[in-house]
Amino acid sequence: MLKNKHLLGLEGYPSDDIQTIIDTAYNFKKVLERPIKKVPSLQGVTIVNLFFENSTRTRISFELAQKRLSADTVNFSASSSSLKKGESFKDTAQNIEAMKIDAVVMRHPTPGAPKHLTDFIDSIIINAGDGTHEHPTQAILDMMSLHEKFGKLKGLKVAIIGDILHSRVALSNIYGLITMGAEVVLCGPTNLIPKHIEGLGVQINYDIDEVIEWADAINVLRIQRERMGRGLVPSIREYRNMFGITRSRIKSHKKEIVIMHPGPINRGVEIDGLVVDGDQTIILDQVLNGVASRMAILYLLCGGKKTDGVV
Amino acid sequence: MSIKKITSQLLLKNGTIIDPFNKQIYLGDLLIKDGRIDQIGEVVVTEDIKEIDCKNKIITHGFCDLHVHFREPGREDKETLETGSLAAMSGGFTRVCVMPNTNPPLDSPESINFIVQKSESCPIHIHPIGAVTKMQKGNDLTEMGLMKKEGAVAFSDDGLPIQDSSMMRIALEYSNLVDVPIINHAEDECLRSDGLMNEGAVSTQLGLDGNLDLAESIMVHRDLELASFTDAKLHVPHVSSSKAVDHIRSAKSSNKKITAEVTPHHLYFNEEALRSFDTNLKVAPPIRTEKDRNALLEGIKDGSIDCIATDHAPHTLDDKETTFDLACFGMIGLESCFGAVNKVLVKQEGLDLIDLIKLLTVNPRKIMNFNTDLFKIGCEAEITILDPETKYIFKERDINSLSVNSPFKGETLEGKIEYTISKNMLFENR
Repeated sequence: MLKNKHLLGLEGYPSDDIQTIIDTAYNFKKVLERPIKKVPSLQGVTIVNLFFENSTRTRISFELAQKRLSADTVNFSASSSSLKKGESFKDTAQNIEAMKIDAVVMRHPTPGAPKHLTDFIDSIIINAGDGTHEHPTQAILDMMSLHEKFGKLKGLKVAIIGDILHSRVALSNIYGLITMGAEVVLCGPTNLIPKHIEGLGVQINYDIDEVIEWADAINVLRIQRERMGRGLVPSIREYRNMFGITRSRIKSHKKEIVIMHPGPINRGVEIDGLVVDGDQTIILDQVLNGVASRMAILYLLCGGKKTDGVV
Repeated sequence: MSIKKITSQLLLKNGTIIDPFNKQIYLGDLLIKDGRIDQIGEVVVTEDIKEIDCKNKIITHGFCDLHVHFREPGREDKETLETGSLAAMSGGFTRVCVMPNTNPPLDSPESINFIVQKSESCPIHIHPIGAVTKMQKGNDLTEMGLMKKEGAVAFSDDGLPIQDSSMMRIALEYSNLVDVPIINHAEDECLRSDGLMNEGAVSTQLGLDGNLDLAESIMVHRDLELASFTDAKLHVPHVSSSKAVDHIRSAKSSNKKITAEVTPHHLYFNEEALRSFDTNLKVAPPIRTEKDRNALLEGIKDGSIDCIATDHAPHTLDDKETTFDLACFGMIGLESCFGAVNKVLVKQEGLDLIDLIKLLTVNPRKIMNFNTDLFKIGCEAEITILDPETKYIFKERDINSLSVNSPFKGETLEGKIEYTISKNMLFENR
């Protein structure tokens, strides 16, 4: 039903497939609102969640999506893995596949790891984040949330705020949003916005207040505390002062923009707790849409039967 | 592939002889007797001796590669002097210089002697390059004088750039005593950081940590300044960036002792190829932009770059068949060299074949002070017989190295080595 066998990233991903995923996700969202939140769509399908990097929400979101679709799932995380015993990535993947599985959802710290996985095994691969490269399911759930809020993506003004350089969420969002016809502005410290990113069709503006005035929605990225140590950001208070989505900053703008965050949130760093809990954010809708859109992706890639998947 | 000892005489018949030293091209024969050039031109023999029909083939000097890693001692699972020799011969090379980053490194007269002794039984000439500093740690000079006496032809901490400018100055000053080149892998390690590929549009899109071209050019510039100040011989290896070519060009206008090399892979690929995440393309310095590639081609044409060297760097499958961050840096290059550079420089860029051959024969030999007039009667026969017109898809079976980490697999190359003659051995590529 989708043109590609795998979902490795949104670079070059067809717009009608993104729209199909979003439309299908709406159907699955209805399932999640039923008293019995389960459909038999992927009965007999075996999916392995291969997590070589810590993740809470993405792993739980995928696992729930799989369980709601009645798939059989197995979780594998690097901490308990044979990788620590020195087995190679290739051997680990091939051993798991030899046990007869249908699909792999993988999180890996290295860009390109899902692409390498497709060289080693035949299963359907879904990228759940590969280093600072892509995180396509996050971008799809973000786009679904924007679509749900605004009824469209085309022409929407979306700003992504923060550490663009180290963000797979930013890159996948840029690819997806540009493909869907949205306008994208990036905002953050000059050294955390890569020099060559403008080639992807985005605008850059270092003035957060101008960006807020311009935007329909902003996607606020997590500022990782470990980046502070390398001197990429001098201090939390400096970052908060220049780019933080503070309560006073939001109050100073009359325009009511929509505020998103992919989580996990550093309250008081990139965004104030009061803003997080305020009524302009759709952060928890994103989380629910994450399950719905991952159900849609799994169903469309692993299902193969021509129904809307909702039984 | 086959390799045989030549029994007394061998006649190379009816070939196109390209003599890059005397800049001559003519049709003729070449007679080898007891491993030496016996006659060249029109050769008439009455006895019944072994002949190779060289019609439509080029007979030229054996190639010389200033920059290979044969991994011995220490990583004999990747390559040995013996297997490396076969890889070299299948690429038309009869003489190579091996880098000292072995385990242990070649940082003493004893380890230089080990390579020299062990290479004697190999079918090509292998010259060790000694380390500049003990254990390649960048702190203490090696015994360059004693090492040269044992056979070291140059000094380098290849793979580990000499970061300390004062150490580099001392090394260059001291090298004047032994009068051989210092080869510094030019990368500013702080600026390079954890870079896995060239920093630019492609690295931004792939999320791979970038290695800025300035990491190379800043170091090249430092080395050139120090070389001119000390009046030492500096050889810049594997130039990869447009900015470094500019620095070399400008330094060469006033300093004749500076030389530079480029690899076939930097001439052949650009960073777009990395979109495949092929770990065989992970090399140091990285493959850069099309603009950089064009600058390297320009550098060859105007003489800023003196020679081609492969930086043949064998790695096991396991060291490459992994994620991009964990994969080792380097690719093999001896077997694919001529087909790649002939395609790019002669077929695409219109360079004369004899000029390409110079980049592989006379020029590298000159840098290392080896004999360059190989077609003199009585000279030891170091000969390559090739067909520059053969187009073929480079495959794993074309590789004689112990390792197969080549991104050229699957590429259509132009120009094939058919025979290589060295140390009175005849190597045939089949």
